[in-house]
Amino acid sequence: MKQHGSLYTSVNNHTRVNKSLLFILVVLCNVFFYASAWADCTMPDDLPTGDLGIIIERMDGSVLIINTTSQSVLYEVSGLGDLSHASAVFSRDERYAYVFGRDGGLTKIDLLKGRIAKRIMQSGNSIGGAISQDGQYIAVSNYTPGGVNIFSAQDLSLVAKIPATYGDGHLQSKTVGLVDAPGNQFIFSLYDGNEIWQVQMENTPKPAAKVIHKYKNVGKAPYDGLISANGRFYIAGLFGEDGLALLDLWHPEKGVQRILDHYGRGEKKLPVYKMPHLEGWAIAGDKAFLPAVGHHEVLVVNTENWQEISRVKVYSQPVFAMASPDERQIWVNFAFPDNNTLQVIDTETYKIIKQFQPGKGILHMEFTPRSEHVWVSVRDIDTVIIYDTQTMQEIKHIPAKKPSGIFFTSRAHKIGL
Amino acid sequence: MASVKRLLLAFAVTSGFLAPPALSSAADTLSTQRQQELKYMVQQDCGSCHGMTLKGGLGPSLLPERIAVLPEQYLIEAVTHGRPGTPMPPWAPILTTAEIRWIVEQLKSDQLAQTRAD
Repeated sequence: MKQHGSLYTSVNNHTRVNKSLLFILVVLCNVFFYASAWADCTMPDDLPTGDLGIIIERMDGSVLIINTTSQSVLYEVSGLGDLSHASAVFSRDERYAYVFGRDGGLTKIDLLKGRIAKRIMQSGNSIGGAISQDGQYIAVSNYTPGGVNIFSAQDLSLVAKIPATYGDGHLQSKTVGLVDAPGNQFIFSLYDGNEIWQVQMENTPKPAAKVIHKYKNVGKAPYDGLISANGRFYIAGLFGEDGLALLDLWHPEKGVQRILDHYGRGEKKLPVYKMPHLEGWAIAGDKAFLPAVGHHEVLVVNTENWQEISRVKVYSQPVFAMASPDERQIWVNFAFPDNNTLQVIDTETYKIIKQFQPGKGILHMEFTPRSEHVWVSVRDIDTVIIYDTQTMQEIKHIPAKKPSGIFFTSRAHKIGL
Repeated sequence: MASVKRLLLAFAVTSGFLAPPALSSAADTLSTQRQQELKYMVQQDCGSCHGMTLKGGLGPSLLPERIAVLPEQYLIEAVTHGRPGTPMPPWAPILTTAEIRWIVEQLKSDQLAQTRAD
């Protein structure tokens, strides 16, 4: 606008004919300007991305791009392969989602254009991934062949391959619980190798990854891991025995400590029909809420001394225990065959304050960043249900084909997500 | 009508005798609806460890090329009682013997692996 105005005033002293010609020119310029501005407004490039997210449609290999303000679906993007157990991270500008498929596919989705920006097959079988602190690297955790591959976030070109060798060096472990950590690091666990590895990314002289620490004998069969919101504590859940492995990244010299290793002692462990997940950090004040493997319990742990405070009896075996961002509630879903139920724990009283049974196959939950809503995928009714976290009422149903993971762009600015 | 019924019954009985044992066993006792439920369960819930396309994940591949060498009874035992020392749980509390046998037969004959088209 300013440019057009100054052009007009700068030619005031010209002849009348020139003036009228110029006037027409200016009018035309303005028409073009407004026309192009209008066109820009309708172009997706002008949309903000802070209230967007994706929903994984696991059966169809597609994702829905959604808006959490209008609570609507903007695009469906297909062609992402096998999305069972798929997860996603976001670029720091919140424009791109990186989706990790089960079949080893890594797909970069342009949320504004509603299409795939780049897709590669990076292994035979993978389980999840992370984006580095500086946003430059995408790391993917693989089952086959076991290890972690690291790519440029820009073009998905390969930066490093880290085979998760253990024992005499001939075996490669499945890797799990991969997260980003401060200092541009990645941390992950070796499911078969019973180890936790710490990887340092280096930008100069050229991008590279260096394994700076291998913590051995951390416990039997670490199945998943998480990092605290401040990036200090990495915790791996153990499947092969009771307890969890804790690494204090402020004091790596202390090594890995075992915590809660008596929680299931003397009790019969129930068959586990779905592995729990430790994604996210269900923390409220100085308390962490963790799913107990093989028990109908959520463990409450003091994060100062890592001692058990309490156990909350829940409906069945928890899969996810997720804290609302305001830390008032923990929402818990359950393993097959009880995956039709959702319970809400009050973080002050440890009481179950609400139970929902909206349908079978409750697979995932995602809170809006200021806690007012939670989106819940209910696979068998092909629906994502949005609940109000205050009134506990359903607000809206979003149709989605066999929905599983739900991920909002607000994750872009959180350590470990 | 009665004679037609008798004829059909005779046909059913004789074809039952003539059919290979694997085809006549578990499928006969399960309703079509239950078979569909089991197929969905294998893909969706077993799939959370073995992959939705059953090519493997935390658990091994269940595709015919891998399990062909494993005896049917071994697979039935593995599903029924689980595999100690691994995350594979016993399915006896959830499924009947006939249902487990049906699942194993279907896996062996590659009837459950196709997924996304469904």
